[in-house]
Amino acid sequence: MLPLRSASLDSAAGYPYFRAMTDHEHHHDHHHDHSELSETDLRVRALESILIEKGYLDPAALDVLIETYESKVGPRNGARVVARAWTDPAFRDRLLKDATPAIGELGYAGRQGEHIVTVENTPELHNMVVCTLCSCYPWPVLGLPPVWYKSAPYRAKAVKDPRGVLRDFGFELPATTKIRVWDSTAEVRYFVLPMRPEGTEGWSEDELAELVTRDSMIGTGLPKRPDQVQRSEGTS
Amino acid sequence: MSADRDAALEATRALPGIPVDADGPVFREPWEAHAFAMAVTLHARGLFSWPEWAAALAEEISHAQAAGDADCGDTYYRHWLATLERLVAEKGVTNSATLARYREAWDHAADRTPHGKPIELRPEDFAG
Repeated sequence: MLPLRSASLDSAAGYPYFRAMTDHEHHHDHHHDHSELSETDLRVRALESILIEKGYLDPAALDVLIETYESKVGPRNGARVVARAWTDPAFRDRLLKDATPAIGELGYAGRQGEHIVTVENTPELHNMVVCTLCSCYPWPVLGLPPVWYKSAPYRAKAVKDPRGVLRDFGFELPATTKIRVWDSTAEVRYFVLPMRPEGTEGWSEDELAELVTRDSMIGTGLPKRPDQVQRSEGTS
Repeated sequence: MSADRDAALEATRALPGIPVDADGPVFREPWEAHAFAMAVTLHARGLFSWPEWAAALAEEISHAQAAGDADCGDTYYRHWLATLERLVAEKGVTNSATLARYREAWDHAADRTPHGKPIELRPEDFAG
């Protein structure tokens, strides 16, 4: 269940179901010895308790799910996939041919990962992923999308001026590198296979995974360079 | 945190409208995680398909944009929640009146709960 929070600045303005209720808030006395929930929090709890009562939700299962997405699934999964592709050419081929089962080989599967397509960066081509419609994203390999991925400015600018977006993220591609923007949908989620950084010959899969950033798998960043990480000797 | 990642964050901060999360928590607030998990569970139960969800969410977002929401990502889960409320009503799971009744009951529950104690819904919270 939701942990207790103090009142936040949430407002329900513009939201159809509870607009009529906002007056009620002003009837509170202003003693602050009782608890207060934000308008949004109230709506979430209302919906959640109805769904539990009607048997649509099992509170324990819900908590497990939240825990999964909050901590277990995340860009580290994707980093493992990239590192494997960098070290195992046969895996790389499978990943480019049919990403979902290849990713499944590492044990990553599940919601929103049913139809993942891998797009490979090369010196000639840089790939970048956006969802112009809403925020479709390959959850099993990248977790939940970052805030900026869901923002209108990113969605619009990625299509109109991808090179400018990359500049916003702090890097410039050579003018000879083409940029291709992929629009993820509810059916197809794109996953970028970045280029293996130079100077990493002989690195283990674990070490390489440390170089893979979330943004490099969306195409709004590059993997770290070897001099940007402390290479831990002896990891396998 | 690497130096160029810092630089990248700095750059995106400088650009109005693209908020970045610095690899922080995926959810900014617990309610977002709950709203997310509810949609995932209802989908798993077959209440809606993901294409149906994506279309409804996109519609919610474009309505909000038309109404002046800058949609910088920070209101994203509000759109998500509004989509949930709409879909459960459309599917006949509940309706807006029931949602409003429960919302008010939770408000009463919060009012009678001393600060710092867990808030629980009791039958008397529905009395008004």
